[in-house]
Amino acid sequence: MGTAAIEVRGLWKIFGPKADRIIGSPDAELDSAALRAKTGCTAAVRDVSFEVRPGEVFVVMGLSGSGKSTLVRCLTRLIEPTGGDVAIGGEDVRGMSAAQLRELRRHRVSMVFQHFGLLPHRRVLDNVAYGLEIQGVAKAARHEKARAILSLVGLEGHEDSYPDQLSGGMQQRVGLARALAVDPEVLLFDEPFSALDPLIRRDMQAEVVRLHREVGKTMVFITHDLSEALKLGERIAIMRNGSIVQVGTPEELVGAPADDYVADFVRDVPKSHVLSLRWISRQPDADEPLDGPELPADTVIHDAIPAAMASARPIRVVADGELVGVVDRVDLLGAVRLGEAGGDAEHAALAGSTAEEA
Amino acid sequence: MVAAPADMASPVPVTARAQRLVRWLPAAVAVLVVVLYVVFKNTAVLPHDDDASLFRGLNDARDWVDENRNTSPFFLYFINYLRLGVAELFTLFQTALTGLGWPGLVGVAAGLGWLAGGWRIAVVSVAGFAGLGVLGLWDASVDTLALTLSAVLLSLIIGIPIGVLAGRSPSVRRVVSPVLDVMQIMPTFSYLSPIVLLFLIGPASATIATMIYAIPPAIRITALAIERVSPTVVEASESLGATRWQTMRKVRLPMALNTIALGVNQTIAAALSMVPLVALIAAPGLGVDLIRALARVNVGAALVPGIGIVLIAIVLDRITRSAAVSRARSRIVSWTGFAVLVVAGVALTPVLAPEFPEQWQIQIVRPINDVVSWIEGHWYGFTGFLNDTVAYGLLNPLQDLLTSAPWWLITLAVLAFAWRISGLRAGLIAAGCLVLIAALSLWEHSMETLTIVVVAAVITILAGAALGIGAARSRWFAAVLRPVLDAAQTMPSFSYLLPAVALFGNGRFTAIIASLIYAVPVVARLVEDGLRAVPGTVLEAARSAGSTDRQLLWKVQLPMARSSLLLAANQGIVMTLAMVVIGALVGAGALGYDVVAGISQQEDYGKGLAAGVALVLLGIMLDRITQGASGRLNPEKKRIA
Repeated sequence: MGTAAIEVRGLWKIFGPKADRIIGSPDAELDSAALRAKTGCTAAVRDVSFEVRPGEVFVVMGLSGSGKSTLVRCLTRLIEPTGGDVAIGGEDVRGMSAAQLRELRRHRVSMVFQHFGLLPHRRVLDNVAYGLEIQGVAKAARHEKARAILSLVGLEGHEDSYPDQLSGGMQQRVGLARALAVDPEVLLFDEPFSALDPLIRRDMQAEVVRLHREVGKTMVFITHDLSEALKLGERIAIMRNGSIVQVGTPEELVGAPADDYVADFVRDVPKSHVLSLRWISRQPDADEPLDGPELPADTVIHDAIPAAMASARPIRVVADGELVGVVDRVDLLGAVRLGEAGGDAEHAALAGSTAEEA
Repeated sequence: MVAAPADMASPVPVTARAQRLVRWLPAAVAVLVVVLYVVFKNTAVLPHDDDASLFRGLNDARDWVDENRNTSPFFLYFINYLRLGVAELFTLFQTALTGLGWPGLVGVAAGLGWLAGGWRIAVVSVAGFAGLGVLGLWDASVDTLALTLSAVLLSLIIGIPIGVLAGRSPSVRRVVSPVLDVMQIMPTFSYLSPIVLLFLIGPASATIATMIYAIPPAIRITALAIERVSPTVVEASESLGATRWQTMRKVRLPMALNTIALGVNQTIAAALSMVPLVALIAAPGLGVDLIRALARVNVGAALVPGIGIVLIAIVLDRITRSAAVSRARSRIVSWTGFAVLVVAGVALTPVLAPEFPEQWQIQIVRPINDVVSWIEGHWYGFTGFLNDTVAYGLLNPLQDLLTSAPWWLITLAVLAFAWRISGLRAGLIAAGCLVLIAALSLWEHSMETLTIVVVAAVITILAGAALGIGAARSRWFAAVLRPVLDAAQTMPSFSYLLPAVALFGNGRFTAIIASLIYAVPVVARLVEDGLRAVPGTVLEAARSAGSTDRQLLWKVQLPMARSSLLLAANQGIVMTLAMVVIGALVGAGALGYDVVAGISQQEDYGKGLAAGVALVLLGIMLDRITQGASGRLNPEKKRIA
């Protein structure tokens, strides 16, 4: 599996005394409260496995206490995992010596933090250059690089400010610039925008999407905000009590939640904005005309509305040049209504419609 | 008695009968103590004996050390080199400061002031140091400055690394913290005798004594500063692959720097308050004149060097305090200004002569003494009345009580009292201290010292609590009180002796007044802070239920501020002890006087050394009694003095 940017196999992190003895023992099956009562240990990450493809934006989503921040710290051993394997770019992270680990952190993986973690006694420029400075890059070179990165994140002219003179959004741009300055293969984001106002948050999310387009780094993004996860993530892992409940594209999570927990999570998501025509298309009735507009199967339902408005005929849903089904105005209206009504009835109805399709 | 605190501490429900028992227990114990006192009065009283065998033994030990000072390897290869090294450092500072001449030194002070806080601080520095010359104190001030700087430098060189270690490693902290606790409750007098034994008298031992007193704040505040560095920033640094040393040098230390500068400030303040005390062990400087004048109750002659020390304290305090408040200023402007001021000062030295010109000096000893004798003459009715009331109404009866009660009864009473307030462990330690004091053959003198401390501490705590409550309840009262308390805390501790002597002459009452002035500000501040820390929502809830202000205070604020109040009492008592001991210089006698006599008279050395130990025991005892069951809460508040 050398092709994955990050590969995690059976990762465990248990806090507490003699934590390493728990993995593999029957205690590992206990739930958190029982485990704490019996051993005094807390399992923050339980037997987590996933892969991140190069250039992918992989989102780990969960409520606070679900272990997602611990998980992301285990990737570069900011928190030492208790068990399992982590490979970055095919190299085993857990077997690295302190020096190798430092090299990994200096050159290949960098991180953006929720509370920014900027150095208050340094100018913005020196904050951004910090990673290069500890690598031993000469002052002129690191300042040049830092200036370039600052203009990439839209902070030209603020080089000589101190962090506390900037707004929260701008401070996080500095944090982002600091992470980008060392030109890493992988960027880790630990709830980077949770501390920001909603409007600023939206700007910053757009900024991440833009940066991803421009620099194409592999990104692991931790968040507790579902809409953020859906907006940014190519794939999303949902965490609960230290375990990953489901990994999938936004469409898979919304369309086919693995269990009630995930279903509850995605309940209020407007389905028509996430699901594609594939999820609601059906076999044409015998007498239905098949000369309507043609749309690819991965078109989001919401985006199909203009086509349906332009033509009364059912939309032909195509994948790889073959007809997979049709969608008419009633189907579309039903999907949009379901998405907005919310609740279990809708979920059941949607499940029914996908079953129909199958 | 045995069951009481345990029952009170445990939350399990007890039967009504047991509850009644518990409620009456303290009263029953008190009655029992009174009965025992009446029955056993004047038995087992341990009267003072100047010629106790322990004292003679200690004298013999001193003689042995004196004989072997230049032959024993411990002295030859370790202690003596230490002494020479420290003395060398002092001489170095002294030579350098004298070499600058007065214009040069004023220039350097101005430059440092400018560097730390701009022109305001520069002006304060010039005015303060020039004031030393005007008062005719230049040479003595230079000696004091050299001694203070050597002690502070050593304190920082040793203290900051220990502080950094303690801030990084909980296990180091666990070792260091109790040691510092004991160092801070030790009255300063208590370690003069052992230091003299090891390092003889002179600047070296004075520097070391000063260092012992000044190093705890350096360690504590550094540890606190390092500990408090934001973990997010440290993590960010580690996530970028910084080594431990890089994170320490580029993140932890710079971020802790402002707080560490406050530690330097406290260290200097502590060092300066030792100036008059180290004069007792032949340190040159302002302390010499001060001590000599105090001994002769010449207030004017004591006040002038006292003012000198206060001036040095103010200048060094302002410089370090403004250095601790970071602000972005152009480095070029700062350093140019610094260089200009220093060069100007040094260049003026040959022009103006290195000695402070005599025609610029003023004599204020006589006018001060005139004022003092006027006060003595006109206010005697009032001061004499106060003095006599406290002496005959409080001090003498209490002293009679403590010296006529059997020693075991007092020990048991202290055990019960400390148990009730701070738990069994504290009670046993406190009682153990008393037993050791009895073993030191210093029971009577210790009881005399305890008498003064108890009276002073009770007055201090009452006055401090009243002021603190007032300040917490009234905004304008707080606004008036704050600057007064701030100013009071910048002063070196002994300076409070001077106004007390001016008003009340020599004696125990003067020591009480001095400790009042010294400790009340701290108590008041702790009480005020504790009351203010009660959450606003709780107060709002109590008010909305219709509480009156008085109910609010007694039923909500005071109970919720319990730990702050205990801390205030603890600080008040420890500070009172420190001041009462120094009060030996103005005739408060007892243990403090034994220490002074031990240093100045060969044959009293053993008694002085034992008295120093007794003072430490007394300090530990008083500290434990008021420590509270929860222990010390906030290391920061510990060192406000």
